[in-house]
Amino acid sequence: MTRFILRRLMQALIVLLVMSFVIYGLIGLMPGDPLDIMIASNPGATPEVVAHLRAIYGLDQPLMLRYWHWLISALMGDFGFSRIHSQPTLEVLGPALLQTCKLLLASFVVSVVLSFVLGIVAALRPGGIVDSFISLFAFAGISVPVFWLALMMILVFAVNLHWFPASGMANIGDGGFMDQARHLIMPVTTLALANTGGFIRYVRASMIETLRMDHVRTARAKGAGEGRVVLIHAFRNALIPVVTVIALNFGTLFSGALLTETMFAQPGMGKMIYDSILGNDFNLALTGLLFATVVTLLSNLLADLAYGWLDPRIAVR
Amino acid sequence: MSGIATLPDRAISVGRLRWRRFRTHRAAVASLIVLALLVLFCLAAWPLKTYLGIDPDATDLLARFDPPSAAHWLGTDDAGRDELLRLMVGGQISLLVGLLATAIGGIFGLLIGVTSGYFGGRIDAALMRFTDGMIILPLLPLLIVLGALDLTKLGFTKEFATSGAAGFWRIVVIISIVDWTSIARLVRAAALAIKERDFVRAARASGAGPFYVMRAHVLPNVATPIIVAFTLTVGRVILLESVLSFLGFGIVPPTPSWGNMLNNAQELVNTAPALAVYPGLLIFITVIAVNFVGDGLQHAFDPRSERS
Amino acid sequence: MSGAEIFALDGVSVHFDLGGGGLFGRARKTLRAVEHVSLTIADGETLALVGESGSGKSTLGNVVGGLQVPTSGTLRYRGGPMDEAAWKRARRDIQMVFQDPFSALDPRMPVSAIIAEPLLIQGTATAAERRARAAELVRQVGLPLDALNRYPHEFSGGQRQRIAIARALAPDPALIVADEPLSALDVSIQSQILNLMQELRERRKLAYLFISHDLAVVNHLVDRVAVLYLGRVVELAPRAELFATPSHPYTQALLAAVPRIGRRRARGASSIKGEMPSPLAPPPGCVFHPRCPKAQAVCRTKAPVLEPAPGRAAQSAACHFKE
Ligand SMILES: Nc1ncnc2c1ncn2[C@@H]1O[C@H](COP(=O)(O)OP(=O)(O)O)[C@@H](O)[C@H]1O
Ligand code: SF4
Ligand SMILES: [Mg+2]
Repeated sequence: MTRFILRRLMQALIVLLVMSFVIYGLIGLMPGDPLDIMIASNPGATPEVVAHLRAIYGLDQPLMLRYWHWLISALMGDFGFSRIHSQPTLEVLGPALLQTCKLLLASFVVSVVLSFVLGIVAALRPGGIVDSFISLFAFAGISVPVFWLALMMILVFAVNLHWFPASGMANIGDGGFMDQARHLIMPVTTLALANTGGFIRYVRASMIETLRMDHVRTARAKGAGEGRVVLIHAFRNALIPVVTVIALNFGTLFSGALLTETMFAQPGMGKMIYDSILGNDFNLALTGLLFATVVTLLSNLLADLAYGWLDPRIAVR
Repeated sequence: MSGIATLPDRAISVGRLRWRRFRTHRAAVASLIVLALLVLFCLAAWPLKTYLGIDPDATDLLARFDPPSAAHWLGTDDAGRDELLRLMVGGQISLLVGLLATAIGGIFGLLIGVTSGYFGGRIDAALMRFTDGMIILPLLPLLIVLGALDLTKLGFTKEFATSGAAGFWRIVVIISIVDWTSIARLVRAAALAIKERDFVRAARASGAGPFYVMRAHVLPNVATPIIVAFTLTVGRVILLESVLSFLGFGIVPPTPSWGNMLNNAQELVNTAPALAVYPGLLIFITVIAVNFVGDGLQHAFDPRSERS
Repeated sequence: MSGAEIFALDGVSVHFDLGGGGLFGRARKTLRAVEHVSLTIADGETLALVGESGSGKSTLGNVVGGLQVPTSGTLRYRGGPMDEAAWKRARRDIQMVFQDPFSALDPRMPVSAIIAEPLLIQGTATAAERRARAAELVRQVGLPLDALNRYPHEFSGGQRQRIAIARALAPDPALIVADEPLSALDVSIQSQILNLMQELRERRKLAYLFISHDLAVVNHLVDRVAVLYLGRVVELAPRAELFATPSHPYTQALLAAVPRIGRRRARGASSIKGEMPSPLAPPPGCVFHPRCPKAQAVCRTKAPVLEPAPGRAAQSAACHFKE
């Protein structure tokens, strides 16, 4: 088991290293480079000055070498300076990460609870009326463009009904818990609705499978009440694959968060990455993307470990 | 010879059986019809254009946000262009991107999956590491970076980099670069299972090489799961295209796509809510129909699945 | 009885590398599926390969069928070395029939294409010739002509096995490797397929390498029997001799388990205890010693070689105390 964990950790580290290089290379291919921006704001710069600046910033060096220097400083905790925020990127990242965690956690809880309830109900009578409606709901969740769903929420609940604020994380001058919560309701609901669809389908499939399994049938035949059978026997068995699948879907969740944050102007990681790319803030974009990768890697690793722990046959391989 | 049981005179072909099973999936059948209507709707752009005598790209700043009229059946958008025509043309673009990116990514995934599954060993290990690496990437941020790349830095001319064609092909390419993993894994698993079957071993014993085996045995046998996966991928790709175009990294105006018609949605919500509803609704209906058809195909191809 | 040698194995071993090693891996593991086997098969001869499940029968059959490259040892084909050109000929001359008739036929191909597939692969016949050949073969294996245009799922296990046999016959081979062709079939069907194989042998002067875990089946068809234990040939004898006077204690035990009228019961070998050891860690000395009722001290250290039994030139056994 320890060896399994070690091996997976090693793999994750290698993937991270490769990814950091790929992202570094890609960011370098975005329009303009840090110097262009500087030159644009200082029209008097002569070609000699520009060349000199390029040398100072190391922009004349080959990609590998520049990456190497960046990697060394990154390993020492220096991820550079954010252009649009005029702060070290890590200091911009911290609060954004926190905000995203709030959003993700809240919507995750909502969608897991919702999907378990609906998935189990649907699995009790596969093919019935209730199942059909729940399936339709699930398919709608998978198929709706998240940004448009957010737009519709804003249209209905903010513009027409004035129930919730359309954007931001708090009103100026307020910012208490209730105020923050009011600002979070629509983003959380949007993200939760979008994720619930996929989850329901997993829970439903997994429940139908376990309800067909022999020992559940036996328990039913022995006269255990319907409710107890479902909850105790089937639920426990259905849990493992569902939890794994959900944990493995963290990347998707993150993409959803990016959109929700952008739509509702929530200052989280997703919006930060989006804004940094729009604003040519290379360091911030790089740091944000890397952290997003790390978070996804970690959640996959945890899902893997959990699975290996629950089902030792996998870990041996 | 006595041991041969008499066979029924006419056995039903596999295709017929599948169609029968597909038909029992009512949502899928309805979705198929919806999709056909949607395609007709998008293609109706050409006749309607000539009938009304309107250019969908022609802007008219004096006619911004006009309500529906005889000349503009759904009114005009924020640049005074005919909303209905743009929805039709935009749909053509969105559907085309969906099909093209799925096809290109699918072929890529197919090649990787077959190679990985059939040859196994080191090749398989390396390719699957690569695929796993791809899967764990934060998809949307990555696509945004790819969408923001400066094409001139990759050696393309400035004219091309800013053209509409570049916008179109860029989004097709970047989506197919990232969205091939599910097909690759599927095909690999199927190839792994099929190469151990005795009919493949019999062919190899008769001298069949890997290419013969892939063409004659592996591909025909993975066709069904691939069709299902392709369908579901089309839905996902249409969503991705709309997101990217909406964020401004995909199809570039004036070429319309359902995604970029929502570009200034925040403004639309307050001034012309209907314009914020139409494109999104069309994306939603398309994707949900595609997904239902995919589900129906899955049901039709998998004899064990039960559903009604 | 039999003609020129078709195929010969000389000191053939097959080892499977089960991974391990590497940075975080476990100790390297080698599975010794076949160990130093020498056999010959001649034109028109039927050689049986008998042994428990896991004794290496299929692996050996795969070597003959060209599906498994031996780790060591040499192969001979028609008296010459087994080089590239020889394999090209052998692929036509040697065909295989497998155990599971449901896995043996591609569900996506009509029967006519399945039967003619070897000809297509080898490029030896035009499309019209292939169709004609398929029609001829379908009749030879006792199926109705309209089977040609149907798909495998429309046939029963026995019928599928007939189709598989027809495919094996397509390139007009000299030798068919049949890997437990009966074990997946109903008992009532088994004898029909056995009869078909017998009939085809007579008609076409075929040689068979007939693999079976069941000695009783073998008694009907074969000329010679090789008994395999843990990848090694422990006894090799003409059928009559082997059944009448088994030499190796393992063969004696196997025979004791076969119900047969008028068979002499082997002394002290009525049953063997335990299970076959793992081919990952074969016992030292004689590999049969942990289960052998006659084992002595020497058996634990010194491996016996396959040699003619005393006074029986045609019957060899690998045992220090063979009878
Ligand atoms: N491709 C393979 N890789 C690893 N081990 C194998 C492989 N094929 C067979 N073996 C092992 O070799 C041994 C002999 O197998 P096999 O030849 O199939 O025996 P039999 O046909 O007599 O049952 C078994 O222990 C089996 O697990
Ligand atoms: S050599 Fe010894 S252990 Fe092996 S079979 Fe003969 S008597 Fe038994
Ligand atoms: Mg076998």
